[in-house]
Amino acid sequence: MIDRTCKETPDFNLCVSLLNSDPRGSSADTSGLALILVDKIKVLAIKTLNEINGLHKIRPELKHALGECSRKYKTILQADVPEAIEALTKGVPKFAEDGVIDAGVEASACEEGFKGKSPLTSLTKSMQKISSVTRAIVRMLL
Amino acid sequence: MASSDALLPILAREEEPLSSSYTQLPDGSRSDPSLRRRPFKGLLAVSFGLLFIAFYGALIATHDGSRSNHLKTDEKATTPSRARLAGVSEKSNERFWKLSGDGSTTAFAWNNSMLSWQRTAFHFQPEQNWMNGPLFYKGWYHFFYQYNPNAAVWGDIVWGHAVSKDLIHWVHLPLAMVADQWYDANGVWTGSATFLPDGSIVMLYTGSTDTSVQVQNLAYPEDPNDPLLLKWTKFSGNPVLVPPPGILPKDFRDPTTAWKTSSGKWRITIGSKINRTGISLVYDTTDFKTYEKLDTLLHRVPNTGMWECVDFYPVSKTVVNGLDTSVNGPDVKHIVKASMDDTRIDHYAIGTYFDSNGTWIPDDPTIDVGISTSLRYDYGKFYASKTFYDQNKGRRILWGWIGESDSEAADVQKGWSSLQGIPRTVVLDTNTGKNLIQLPVEEIKSLRLSSKQFDIEVGPGTILPIDVGTAAQLDIEAEFEINKESIDKILRDASVVAEAEEFSCQNSRGSTIRDALGPFGFSVLADENLSEQTPVYFYVAKGKDSKLKTFFCTDTTRSSFANDVVKPIYGSVVPVLKGEKLTMRILVDHSIVEAFGQGGRTCITSRVYPTKAIYGAAKLFLFNNAKDATVTASFKVWQMNSAFIHPYSEEVARALSRT
Repeated sequence: MIDRTCKETPDFNLCVSLLNSDPRGSSADTSGLALILVDKIKVLAIKTLNEINGLHKIRPELKHALGECSRKYKTILQADVPEAIEALTKGVPKFAEDGVIDAGVEASACEEGFKGKSPLTSLTKSMQKISSVTRAIVRMLL
Repeated sequence: MASSDALLPILAREEEPLSSSYTQLPDGSRSDPSLRRRPFKGLLAVSFGLLFIAFYGALIATHDGSRSNHLKTDEKATTPSRARLAGVSEKSNERFWKLSGDGSTTAFAWNNSMLSWQRTAFHFQPEQNWMNGPLFYKGWYHFFYQYNPNAAVWGDIVWGHAVSKDLIHWVHLPLAMVADQWYDANGVWTGSATFLPDGSIVMLYTGSTDTSVQVQNLAYPEDPNDPLLLKWTKFSGNPVLVPPPGILPKDFRDPTTAWKTSSGKWRITIGSKINRTGISLVYDTTDFKTYEKLDTLLHRVPNTGMWECVDFYPVSKTVVNGLDTSVNGPDVKHIVKASMDDTRIDHYAIGTYFDSNGTWIPDDPTIDVGISTSLRYDYGKFYASKTFYDQNKGRRILWGWIGESDSEAADVQKGWSSLQGIPRTVVLDTNTGKNLIQLPVEEIKSLRLSSKQFDIEVGPGTILPIDVGTAAQLDIEAEFEINKESIDKILRDASVVAEAEEFSCQNSRGSTIRDALGPFGFSVLADENLSEQTPVYFYVAKGKDSKLKTFFCTDTTRSSFANDVVKPIYGSVVPVLKGEKLTMRILVDHSIVEAFGQGGRTCITSRVYPTKAIYGAAKLFLFNNAKDATVTASFKVWQMNSAFIHPYSEEVARALSRT
């Protein structure tokens, strides 16, 4: 199931490794797989926020950009993730797609704020990739 | 009239550094937000007090990005905003969420002044909404919409309710129906009203059951003598319809208004899908309590996915009036419209309905409902629309829901998300016979204030400021005529390539290209340096049949310096018949621009979020980017008043009853 589903996403390896790392992965249906990935978005957003909080202390010159990033990652946690979870649970995948896409958008908008000197680039890329993989799976439910 | 010294060559303008880095305005430096035109804001805040207070908290907590970032503290403030945010961002039809940043933008921060400017002045904004059944009853237009009162998460959708005398000014009423039964425990979803011959109303709506199965339920007004229809009764025998064999439990929603069959029964249709084929199921009933499913489908189109909010209605081939949903006959065509779950696009097609077996076939199968070439109500941001027959004025009214094109972070910060477009009258285009005509309801004209008339000849490569004062709330009606010699030259000259065959609004570099006969039109919501602008324009070129082909487009790529906004180019071809001038109508209301090409044959709704072209700095320009042709523009521009959208009180209701 995981292999078959991940083949339809833009990043097979990432998709498989994320899903296999979760005990629920082996028995989940498509909707369940999407929920696992939304959890991964949440975990990554928390990790990134912690990173941002740490940078605030050691990189005061980036205060403005970091502040914007902080707001954007909080939106992922407070708006995008709950929206996606509720929508997947209640069987209305298009709302889940909105939240999942927005997670990638918020990460990209944060990254751009650093004018090419982002200390968060690898975390941004991770979020963009998870967002696009998750979106592909959510769209299978439409 | 513009003086000739205003005729600046467009190239000079284009040299303005469009990508200059954005300097943040200090709050309120351009204009005082307290001067905003919404005298009832205070009242609204009372009515929806919890939400507004919550958002105020969110704004304070997030405005200064340097504040400490304790999630827990902020969570409290922003969580209630979910009611407005959930499910309404609707970004997915922009398949490629491209950010505008080219590395030159600084960390973009919306300030309160910019965000409060985005709130519209004459558009209806419910809390959160998919379309339900609008209707006219005992002197009132009623609008029911999807609303989450618990404000925690998406779900538990109930029916919000508002009434109006004119479809422009609204009074919010108490909730019409809530999720209080097992058959709608997970949501009171979209429904449609039907008038019975005795003038009473039945309402069919989709409930999402306690196990998330989609079923259809019946409800009716508790007191038929109450013109405000405040209280609704759910039928004791609900649900009246459950998903039939072969239909998945979550693919059965949005019943239509019923229409009469020749044998005197009522008939409805409900959208669904089988695998990837979008379908429309048909049921007959006599009492709205028991139903007989027809073996045939109203229609089916492979590879279009789930059909939501299916709409089915007659249009006249001969008269410009709207028709009641049950009208049929030789002078009638039937429209099938479906909202595509896959693409978030409302597609329609014109065809013929067969009463005997409840089927419909399109006039032209190559533009069947939902396939990429098929017609759209609107080529911009527009979804989940429905029509209803307005027996008060003998017209059919189409109303669509307009989502946001910004990020959810910006939505959280500004505290609202999505709105209704201006209601449109919809009729068959009896001149072409191949498309609908949609125009804003005539009542919108009651908001027109002062106007200015212009007749201007615009040479090739020209852009002109149009002095209409502040340009955030406008109604524009314009006619364009391309200099005849220029057209003749193009058509006669065999060496001129058929540029029209290459052109599409989306893929032809927007309004900045320069070809023989265009583009030309208006730039709305532009700052004086045109560093931000939203051009709405015609592009005319020779097709391979050596005839002119016309496109109508809106280019939002330069609408904002913000980097968390989607900025597509929207548009499509627009039919222009021999002897017709080119015409456009544009409604501008802060962050929404609604454009109607050629009398409403092609419509484009856009959401734009300027950062500089706001308040007094929002200007209007006229441009002609054609290489060769001179264009004569005759147009009138009205300043638009704000509509009043009141919270409910008996006093307000009484006051409006007297109008």
